[in-house]
Amino acid sequence: MVDDIDRRIIVATQAGLPLTAKPYLQLATQIGISHDELKKRMQAMQDSGVIRRIGAVPNHYKLGYKANGMTVWDVPDEKVQELGQKIGSLAFVSHCYHRPRHLPEWAYNLFAMVHAHNREEALQQVNVIADILGDNDRGHDVLFSTRILKKTGMRIAS
Amino acid sequence: MHGHNTDVLLDDPLKRRLLNDFQHGFPISPTPYKDIGEQLGISEVEVLSLLATLQDDGFISRIGAVFRANSVGASMLAAMAVPEDDLDRVAQIISAYDEVNHNYEREHHYNLWFVVTAEDDAHLQNVLLDMEKCTACPVLFLPMLHDYHIDLGFELKWT
Repeated sequence: MVDDIDRRIIVATQAGLPLTAKPYLQLATQIGISHDELKKRMQAMQDSGVIRRIGAVPNHYKLGYKANGMTVWDVPDEKVQELGQKIGSLAFVSHCYHRPRHLPEWAYNLFAMVHAHNREEALQQVNVIADILGDNDRGHDVLFSTRILKKTGMRIAS
Repeated sequence: MHGHNTDVLLDDPLKRRLLNDFQHGFPISPTPYKDIGEQLGISEVEVLSLLATLQDDGFISRIGAVFRANSVGASMLAAMAVPEDDLDRVAQIISAYDEVNHNYEREHHYNLWFVVTAEDDAHLQNVLLDMEKCTACPVLFLPMLHDYHIDLGFELKWT
């Protein structure tokens, strides 16, 4: 799905676009392809979903979103897709994934990241999710982060 | 809750729009910053200077493409339940891996959460096994099975 040139584009752009008048031309020259080819490939990667979006990546913590809660839910496996789509479309949810359970230690199969200015606001968001899930919520938990020990953008080796 | 820098940001409607309105749909054109300037009614030079300021002040981590997880290479969310008095040691070992891009302490029995990214599955598995060996803590493997979120960025609220 992603060939070697796409991979080079990803490596060249993962640290961000240069802040120069013609950033794509600069990247294309760096990779050794034409500007048109770069544009075509980036558009194709966007259409296929490899690139989710192109734009400013805000630092939520710096912007005042200090409460970062990983909410985890035990919902019936046969309904996880339908419920995941509902939860994933909420404005305050930044990521929503189906992940495997590991019984007996870990019973949760649906993960939703919420971002709020403080814990009180985050817990209100958890209540909104719980209301939507209703009886399908067979147990949940919220894991607040207390320390960011490392955070960098996705890095793949060139 | 807002620090001084956030207040300065709040007072500047252009900075707010640059942050909020261009989290997706950033132009793939020869001169994207000029195009953004036209939408905002300012010059290309002003756009570049505002973005550089936002980046220098830490409000924007970067301007660029956000890639779907696992579209290139392999990645895995992993967690460990580390005894409290051993947490600093284990956290340092985990953060030191180049393959780890996120590592968070969270309030839970499973108190260390990190994402491992590698060029392929084999390398990913090797790193995870190496982590178990070096820390003597078992790793809970939580790969993504399905992604339910359509990422259009995040509506920023200024209050």
